[in-house]
Amino acid sequence: MTKITFIQPDGESQTVDVENGLTVMEAAKLNDVPGIEAECGGACACATCHVYVDEGWRDKVGKPAEMEEDMLDFAFDVREESRLSCQIKVSDALDGLIVRVPAKQF
Amino acid sequence: MTATTLAPEAPLTSETIETDAIVIGAGPCGLFAVFELGLLDIKAHVVDILDRPGGQCAELYPEKPIYDVPALPIVTGQELTDRLMEQIKPFNPQFHFSERIDALSRQPDGRFRLTTDAGTDFLAKVVVVAAGGGSFTPKRPPLPGIENYEGTSVFYSVRKIEQMRGKDVVIIGGGDSALDWTLNLAPVAKSLTLVHRRDEFRAAPHSVEKMRRLVEEASIRLLIGQVVGLEGANGELSAVEIKTSNGTERLPCTAMLPFFGLTMKLGPVADWGLNLHENLINVDTERFESSEKGIFAIGDINWYPGKLKLILSGFHEAALMAQAAQRIVYPDKKVMFQYTTSSSSLQKKLGVK
Repeated sequence: MTKITFIQPDGESQTVDVENGLTVMEAAKLNDVPGIEAECGGACACATCHVYVDEGWRDKVGKPAEMEEDMLDFAFDVREESRLSCQIKVSDALDGLIVRVPAKQF
Repeated sequence: MTATTLAPEAPLTSETIETDAIVIGAGPCGLFAVFELGLLDIKAHVVDILDRPGGQCAELYPEKPIYDVPALPIVTGQELTDRLMEQIKPFNPQFHFSERIDALSRQPDGRFRLTTDAGTDFLAKVVVVAAGGGSFTPKRPPLPGIENYEGTSVFYSVRKIEQMRGKDVVIIGGGDSALDWTLNLAPVAKSLTLVHRRDEFRAAPHSVEKMRRLVEEASIRLLIGQVVGLEGANGELSAVEIKTSNGTERLPCTAMLPFFGLTMKLGPVADWGLNLHENLINVDTERFESSEKGIFAIGDINWYPGKLKLILSGFHEAALMAQAAQRIVYPDKKVMFQYTTSSSSLQKKLGVK
């Protein structure tokens, strides 16, 4: 099991245990993390599972692929550290990952 | 029923379309409903807000493979849509695309009067709501106060180019809509600025090229950044604040066009007086009928204990719904269950005999 921490805009944080191979979005949905909507169910087709990857983890998580970049155009307040959580696969390398939930998915 | 903008006694016009069933939504479940209704001689008109059939399959994941449609080990959203369109061809359904049913009311004779946002007017014996996650509507950027400007200074679509003449136009986005409108409005706008979060565009390459040429000629501006604030009064926008890598810039703006794609909203269905369960239509599992007799709901938009939002479940719901609809459309007909493999009357309807 890998630990992932979600931090809400108000600072509240929640650490969850996830099975490797799932996505960060699925980890959020399985644990009822607020603010991750995932309207399309993980098809990289909606941009409502937008997260900000914590500074120290950006290299390990990597950059979005082209399709994900395109989809991020539909998110709001997109930053350098923006990713769609349905496109981040959980593995041992991400144990301890911290992501921030944006104030709004839209 | 509560609702609606249309009084029950509103006179029928020569344009009123009389039919057996109105299917709201042309996604997989709506399309398959046409098939199941058709086998029972129930004629359907289908209305969808999108400009083509397929619903989420077409809009969200046309290229994505689906693995759990029975007997199709792998099928893409578009392929499934195409196959369903082929399957319902014998029933010659009439499609009304790019329209949304806005009003629904029951007539004194028990039939339903429905009107679309484009003014199409129907009279039907049954209504099948197969609206999935709701109707696709443009995404509203979460900018404080934006709703005060919608329709006056903020537009999600442009009906007339002339409407933009002499305006300080700000277009946001990097897809085809944003680029097409940038090119179309550049000649009439007083000023035009395209705002996008990155210097790469999803839009067709030739539109991007044309846009870049206009930027070089200084006919328009391209800003890489994001709109963060609106200024104005009484519904009239006067300026927008844009955050770029060089800080925040204030730009005169009297018309803003945000193109952030579509999202699904329940929409007018919420106002039809149907019993809802967390924004889904409550149905029974024998007829898939809502709390209003004659109004059925199938697919992702309905709810019942144990509901699974699967295409295959929606297909099953369509079959049972059609049986129940038959009792309303043909109250005196003796119901006889038949198989397409053996019934010559069904095969005749399908045009295979």
